[in-house]
Amino acid sequence: MEFVKGNWNKEINVRDFIQLNYTPYYGDGAFLAAPTDGTLELWRQLSELMKVERERNGVYDIDEKTISTITSHEPGYIDRELEQIVGLQTDAPLKRAIMPFGGIRLVHTELEAYGRKMDPVVDNIFKYRKTHNDGVFDVYTDEMKMARHAGIMTGLPDAYGRGRIIGDYRRVALYGVDYLIEQKKIAKKNMIIDVMDSNHIRKREEIAEQIKSLSELKEMAAKYGFDISKPAQDVKEAIQWLYFGYLAAVKEQNGAAMSIGRISTFLDIYAEADLKSGKYTEEQIQEFVDHFIMKLRIVRFLRTPAYDELFSGDPTWVTESLGGLSIDGRPMVTKMSYRFLHTLTNLGPAPEPNLTVLWSDKLPENFKKFCAQVSIKTSSIQYENDDLMRVKFGDDYGIACCVSAMRIGKQMQFFGARCNLAKALLYAINGGRDIKCNGEQIGPALPNLAQSEYLNYDEVMRNFDEITTWLSKLYIDTLNIIHYMHDKYCYERIEMALHDEEIHRTMAGGIAGLSVLADSLSAIKYAKVKPVLNEQGIAVDFITEGEFPKYGNDDDRVDQIAVEIVRDFERKLSSHFAYRNSKPTLSILTITSNVMYGKKTASTPDGRKAGEPFAPGANPMHGRDVNGAVASLKSVSKLPYDYAEDGISYTFSIFPDTLGRNDTEKVSNLISLLDGYFVDRGHHLNVNVLDRSTLLDAMEHPEKYPQLTIRVSGYAVNFIKLTREQQLDVISRTFHGKF
Amino acid sequence: MTGRIHSFESFGTLDGPGVRFIVFLQGCPLRCCYCHNPDTWDVSGGREYTVSEVMAKIKSCRSYIRSGGVTLSGGEPLLQRDFTLCLLENCRAEGFHTALDTAGSVSLEHSKKVIDTADMLLLDIKSLDDKQCRQITGQGNKNTLATLDYCEEIGKTVWIRHVVVPQLTLDTERLKELSNYLEKYSCIKRVDLLGYHKMGEYKWESLGINNILKDTCEPAKSELEEAQKLFYWSKMR
Repeated sequence: MEFVKGNWNKEINVRDFIQLNYTPYYGDGAFLAAPTDGTLELWRQLSELMKVERERNGVYDIDEKTISTITSHEPGYIDRELEQIVGLQTDAPLKRAIMPFGGIRLVHTELEAYGRKMDPVVDNIFKYRKTHNDGVFDVYTDEMKMARHAGIMTGLPDAYGRGRIIGDYRRVALYGVDYLIEQKKIAKKNMIIDVMDSNHIRKREEIAEQIKSLSELKEMAAKYGFDISKPAQDVKEAIQWLYFGYLAAVKEQNGAAMSIGRISTFLDIYAEADLKSGKYTEEQIQEFVDHFIMKLRIVRFLRTPAYDELFSGDPTWVTESLGGLSIDGRPMVTKMSYRFLHTLTNLGPAPEPNLTVLWSDKLPENFKKFCAQVSIKTSSIQYENDDLMRVKFGDDYGIACCVSAMRIGKQMQFFGARCNLAKALLYAINGGRDIKCNGEQIGPALPNLAQSEYLNYDEVMRNFDEITTWLSKLYIDTLNIIHYMHDKYCYERIEMALHDEEIHRTMAGGIAGLSVLADSLSAIKYAKVKPVLNEQGIAVDFITEGEFPKYGNDDDRVDQIAVEIVRDFERKLSSHFAYRNSKPTLSILTITSNVMYGKKTASTPDGRKAGEPFAPGANPMHGRDVNGAVASLKSVSKLPYDYAEDGISYTFSIFPDTLGRNDTEKVSNLISLLDGYFVDRGHHLNVNVLDRSTLLDAMEHPEKYPQLTIRVSGYAVNFIKLTREQQLDVISRTFHGKF
Repeated sequence: MTGRIHSFESFGTLDGPGVRFIVFLQGCPLRCCYCHNPDTWDVSGGREYTVSEVMAKIKSCRSYIRSGGVTLSGGEPLLQRDFTLCLLENCRAEGFHTALDTAGSVSLEHSKKVIDTADMLLLDIKSLDDKQCRQITGQGNKNTLATLDYCEEIGKTVWIRHVVVPQLTLDTERLKELSNYLEKYSCIKRVDLLGYHKMGEYKWESLGINNILKDTCEPAKSELEEAQKLFYWSKMR
């Protein structure tokens, strides 16, 4: 294949290759091919297996004897005759491997949960081999353990793989592994060392490990009968080489989120060349893509039922970023962007891979329409603001997990889960004591404001400032320990081998409970809030008298409170030293754990009762946004991305009939909504288009929908727990413009 | 200037072209038996807003309504004529496309200037039969039909809406007659038949109003589709 040459021939520079060679596509989806018979049969077999998996409580099989490494397992196939793209994590589809380097105790729990026994040989190894989890708990201070126990810091990756690192898997296809090894060797040789201190020693050891992992990658591919030492020669090889790179990563690391990057436009360059030369037809290329996507749909990790409950399922966040614009203004939409989205039609909807469209109002209209159509049909796409991110991350960034942007192969993050800021407010009111921990003093001892008849806004803010100052330091210190130990005992060898040696690192902090906090402060400021005390003098509940503005209605009185909280906490995080000189950042994201955060948080002054869920991410609280979707989106888009660079998540759900009267209108209205939100600097939008009939059926047969959660105009509710009147109200309000 | 407003909807997709900011004005002279918003009837209900307060809300949604616009709905927006007119003028000055969602239930002398100012009308015709119109709304249809004539005269774009209720307006003969009547108006660019639905019924109960349609069913989707076919001509416009 002849490609336009450039810097990418002199150094590892995938972006340069893409920019010089890709072909933007402005047309519609008419060229797309239907699934082949082989694809349909393969998907049928896989669907059968997944059905059995569900029947077996979500775990098909476990190999408890083999510690998973890049080369640990013999080749596995779904149906060798049919598979165009090969490679499984273990020797059989859906069979899960153990990955104990994050924590052996967790493996014990996992095996026990699924009725398996710890293999004595494996157990014995970990009498000698320390894990990440051991290391962290050797070093944690009492204060950290307390704060962790109280759940003011939560979800910390101290017992599991941190994830949120994206290897540049494209490098495997573009350069072949031999060249990558060679470059790493040169880099190690040329390292300039002033003082041989722990930083340099660690770095040399890391590069050595990276080189070993690349050799193992070659070895693993060879078992499948492929020599990937040289560059891929066509689109089929490019997909296969790239996938081997990714497969090595998910064999080595059980990371919380194992994103794949931004691969479609890269792969399109090969596809275009093959189409031109007549090597492959559109049907064949779509078949390769469909088979590849099937592989990404069956990435599996052994996790505990508690983990799955927390995340509502078994997510792996194989996030792929599609579209966006290049720095020179050309859309990076290619036919391959369409082919990836088309898998949702060819194979039906699925949560993985996590298809993420990088949106700009300057994207080709045809592509916007296609995305909107697929969204309406499948509710499987999320959207993020390319115009916001391109300025910071260039045009070769990808999304790790849900909302975390990073330059591919040049940047990584230390994932930090999040702090519960609604709980921090209760600490501010109760002088640092936690009612959920029997009134124990968790935070710094401050004046107890709960004693006053009505809460005073200035006093609460003063205490809140003290609490968040304390919390931000404790949080960063804790993360420093976690990531030091993760690097030491559970280093991502192959993922980092597919990075440059000099990388930018962020320390990704997060907050939960933003809307609860903003509304609570608004209540204290604009209404009268009376604490209800227990015998310890701690507020267990609040009586709020009068009206107050609520976040989600485009009302600056409260929206600016939310903005200020974000700014303030980010500044505080940034003021602390973070491990490996990483840059502290902030996300407003709860994934699905907003329910769990709610459980661990007592009643709050906004009227939320103890145990009731928070709103997810940056969403307004359920039912409090009463001026329609746009007002709700307006409030969220005020949150400053500059102060929450790790992402601001908003989950938006709508009934199809509310989008418009016919399909054409629905599509164009959804486009207007996305354009409006992103022009207004909103960062992320999860779009659900839910069918009305499901909700009506749930009204009649609630037993069939025990967990049906609906998110309407930006708020989430457990539908069957509403009164009939409320249910009718929700439907009526959403289905008609009038109410 | 101030007016009484029931509520706002910042993402209206069913009341005019594109995404629209909808202002629901308070107060209605009609008492439609199938009304799903009886809480908009009382002229003293709702909350008072100044024109600039409302305009501030609309303007902040500019990015979303670039290809849509603003719809003034109700209640009956023509009941607060001066306020509605002032809002329309302000919207036009800001470059927003404007639609007036009305049943044309006030006299033309009263409403002319407002109609002139709006970019288009969403005109709700309850019944072509004056007697049935009285039965449904408590008022005749003279003003509504005069409004339509006036729109034709000045070439104002009109989208017709008509609520189809089983045993009342869901009647092929009546619908055919309506279709024939409307077809000759070149100002009509679209006809939307809206199926009667019971989702506003709880409001009747909570307001303690006697609901004579309590035992009436919602029309089936197929019935609605068949009825809509009678207005085939509007699709070509």
